Amino acid sequence: MSNSRLTRRGLLKTSALAGAGLALPTIFTASSAAAFTNEPTGSSVTLGFNVPQTGPYADEGADELRAYELAVEHLNGGGDGGMMNTFSSKALQGNGILGKKVEFVTGDTQTKSDAARASAKSMIEKDGAIMITGGSSSGVAVAVQGLCQEAGVIFMAGLTHSNDTTGKDRKANGFRHFFNSYMSGAALAPVLANAYGTDRKAYHLTADYNWGYTTEEAVKASTEAMGWETVAAVKTPLTQTDFSSYIAPVLQSGADTLVLNHYGGNMVNSLTNAVQFGLRDKQVNGKDFQIIVPLYSRLMAKGAGANVKGIFGSTNWHWTLTDEGSKAFVKSFGTKYGFPPSQAAHTTYVQALLYADAVERAGSFNPCAVAEALEGFEFDGMGNGKTLYRADDHQCFKDVLVVKGKENPDSEFDLLEIVEVTPVDQVMYAPDHPQMGGPEATLGTCNAGA
Amino acid sequence: MFKSGTPLTSLAITAGGLIGFFVLMIGLVGVNAVLLQTLDGLSKGSAYAMIALGLTLIFGTLGVVNFAHGALFMIGAFCAVTLSKFLTLSKEVVDESKTDFLGNPLKVNVPYVNDLFGEATGATIIDWAVPLSLLFAIPVMILVGIVMERGLIKHFYKRPHADQILVTFGLAIVLQEIIKFYYGANPIPTPAPSAFSGSLDFGALIGMDPNLIIYPYWRIIYFVFAALIIGAVFAFLQFTTFGMVVRAGMADRETVQLLGINIDRRFTLMFGLAAAVAGLAGVMYTPINSPNYHMGMDFLVLSFVVVVVGGMGSLPGAVLAGFLLGILESFASMREILDVLPGINQIIIYLVAIIILLTRPRGLMGKKGVMEE
Repeated sequence: MSNSRLTRRGLLKTSALAGAGLALPTIFTASSAAAFTNEPTGSSVTLGFNVPQTGPYADEGADELRAYELAVEHLNGGGDGGMMNTFSSKALQGNGILGKKVEFVTGDTQTKSDAARASAKSMIEKDGAIMITGGSSSGVAVAVQGLCQEAGVIFMAGLTHSNDTTGKDRKANGFRHFFNSYMSGAALAPVLANAYGTDRKAYHLTADYNWGYTTEEAVKASTEAMGWETVAAVKTPLTQTDFSSYIAPVLQSGADTLVLNHYGGNMVNSLTNAVQFGLRDKQVNGKDFQIIVPLYSRLMAKGAGANVKGIFGSTNWHWTLTDEGSKAFVKSFGTKYGFPPSQAAHTTYVQALLYADAVERAGSFNPCAVAEALEGFEFDGMGNGKTLYRADDHQCFKDVLVVKGKENPDSEFDLLEIVEVTPVDQVMYAPDHPQMGGPEATLGTCNAGA
Repeated sequence: MFKSGTPLTSLAITAGGLIGFFVLMIGLVGVNAVLLQTLDGLSKGSAYAMIALGLTLIFGTLGVVNFAHGALFMIGAFCAVTLSKFLTLSKEVVDESKTDFLGNPLKVNVPYVNDLFGEATGATIIDWAVPLSLLFAIPVMILVGIVMERGLIKHFYKRPHADQILVTFGLAIVLQEIIKFYYGANPIPTPAPSAFSGSLDFGALIGMDPNLIIYPYWRIIYFVFAALIIGAVFAFLQFTTFGMVVRAGMADRETVQLLGINIDRRFTLMFGLAAAVAGLAGVMYTPINSPNYHMGMDFLVLSFVVVVVGGMGSLPGAVLAGFLLGILESFASMREILDVLPGINQIIIYLVAIIILLTRPRGLMGKKGVMEE
C-alpha cells in the first residue's frame, strides 16, 4: 500500500498555493529571460519619477520634476551639462547611461503612501522603470522604498528628512541624499547656543507623525545636551490648520523658546499663528522670545511671508551657495525655467546624476551592482562639498546649512540667508545610533528581482 | 422661529453644563489659562458659526444639504488674494545697482498704485487689501451664490438628499481644483494691515502681570466681525418684511406660494446671502492662516457637525454650537488635558456630537419634523 496520502483537502491546498504563486505579479517572481527586474534591452532606459503632482505638496513636486527633466537633458548630452561638469566623478559622458538614451515616466504620489506605492508599482510593471526616485514626504519615502526593495529596483529618495528612512526603515535598495532630523538637530544646536545662550526653556509643538517624532527627538537631544531645558512637547494633529489653541498656552508655561517641528502647510500655519501672537516681541525670563523651525523649505517659507524673518532653521541646500557645483546648477536651472531651484529640485537632480554615474561605474544596470557602486562612494562638486554615501545605511554625509529668514529680501526667492555651514564631522553619527533604530536596524540584502 | 419651549430648556442645560465645565477647568489649569482658551475658542468658533449659519440658511430655505459651502468660504478668501494681487500689479523697473540670481541686472517690481497715488498712499492701500476686499467680495459672493443656485443646485431640489450631497460635493472639488490651477497649491500669505499686527495683553489691561493673557488683535477683530455679521443676518430675518416672508416660507412654503408670493426668488436671494456670509468669513480669515485651495474642505466637515449639533434648520442652534465646539476644541488642545486623555484633541468635536445626538437626537435647538420625513 502506498504511503502517499493524497487527500482531497491536500490537493485543494496544493493547487491553491500553486495558483497563488502563478498569480503573483511578475515583478515579485524570477523571470527566466532577464537577470534582474526591467533589464533594459533596447537602445533606451526608463527612469520613474514619482513626485507629488497633486495635493498640498504639488508645487514641490513640480520643482522636483523640473529638476529631473533637466537631469535627463544633461545625461543625454543636451543643455550646458549643469553639475555634470563640476561632479568629481567623470564617468558620465553625456551619451545617456551606458550608451542608452534616458527616457522617463512620471507618477503622482499625491503625498499618500498607498497612492505613491501604486504609482511606483505601475511605473515598474507597466513602463519598465529601472529605478524609482522622488517624493516629498518621509511616510511616502519609507513606503515606496519598501516596494522597490520587494520589486528589485533601486530607490533614490527625494525630499525625506525623517531619521527612519535610512534609520530603522533602511533598505538595501534605497538611498538618500537629503539630510535628516538628527543632522538638523546636531547642526542647529551650536548655532542656537551661540545666538541665544545655553540657558533656555524650550516648548515643542510637534506634528503627530513619523517625521515629527524623529525631529523632536533630535532637536531635544542636541539642545538639552548644551544646557537647554524642555518645558513641554505637545503633539499636534497633521491635519491641524489653526494652531492658536496650541500656541496660546506657550507664554503661560514660562518657556522662552518655541520649536516648531512642523513641515509644509503645518509649518506655514503654525509659524504664522505664532508670529500673530506677537511671541517674538515678548520678553520672558529676561530674554527675547525666540522661535525655531528645524527644517526650512524655501517654497514653503514663501507661504509664511514676512513671518520667517530672523527665524533659525536648517536646510539641505540653498541657491545662494557659491561653490562651483551650486553655481552651475543654478545657472542651468535658472536659464531654463526663469527662477532659482529649490532644495527639493537640488536633491532630486543630484540623485538622478548619482544613480546614472553609479550605473556607468558599475558597468551594469543590475541594482545590486549599482548599490555596490554607490556604497561608500565619495564625491564632490554637487553643491554640498565633499560627500560620502555611507555603506552601512545608504545615507549621504555632507555639510549642513543653518539658515535664517532674511530681514530685507531682494526678491521673492531671496527668503533665507546662510548663517553657518556646519561641517560634516559635527553631524556624523554611528550607524547603530539609538535615534536610527539601534543595533537592530539593518539594510537586509540587495534584491535584483531575479 | 425663535419661540419654542424646547430650545430654551436646551439653552438652560447647555449654560448649566458650560458653567460646570468652566469651574472644573479653572480648578484644573487655573483661571488665566481658562480665560485664554475661552477667548481662543470664541475666535475659532467665529468661523464655524458663520459657515454653519450659511449652511443652515440654505438648508432651512431650499432644503438642500450644500457640501459646496466650504468652497464658498475658500472663494471668499481668494477674493482677498485676488484683490491684493490686483493692487500689487506691478511694472518691472531695472535696478542697475543690484543683480538677480543669474547675475543680470535686478528687475524690481513697482506697483501701479504707487504711480497713481504716490508711494506712501499706494503702500497704505496695499497694506489694507484685506479689509478692502470685503467690499469687493460682497457682490462677487452674492453673484457666485446665485449662479450656483440657478445654474446647478435648483435642478436637484426634487432629488433625494444623497444626490444633492453628491452634486454639491463634486462641485466643491471642481471649484477647489480651478482655484489650484490658477493660484497653485502653496498657501499665499495675505497679511492683515500692519496696524493690527501683534497682540493685545488683556492681563496688563486689567492690572495683572504682563504676558499672562495675550491674544492677537486680528483674531479679536475676527470675533467682533463675526458677531456683527451674525447679528445683521438675524436682524434682517427678524425685522424686515423680506425676512418675515422668508421665515414664513421656511415654516410653510406652500401657503406662502398660495398667497401669490414668489418664494423661490427670495430663497435664491437667501442662497446669495448665505454665500456672502461664508465669503466674508473667508476674506477676514486670510490673515489668520495663509489661504490655500483646500481650506474650504478643512472647514466643511466641522461645519456640518456644528449644524447637526445645533439642530438641523435652527439658525440660533448653528451659532451656539459653532462657538461651543470652538471653545471645546480649544480646551481639548491643552497639554494638561492631553496628558490625561491623549488624542482627545482629534476627536472632541465628534465625541460631543455623538453625546448630544444620543441625548437630544434633534440637536441642541432642533425642531420637530426637519429631515424626519
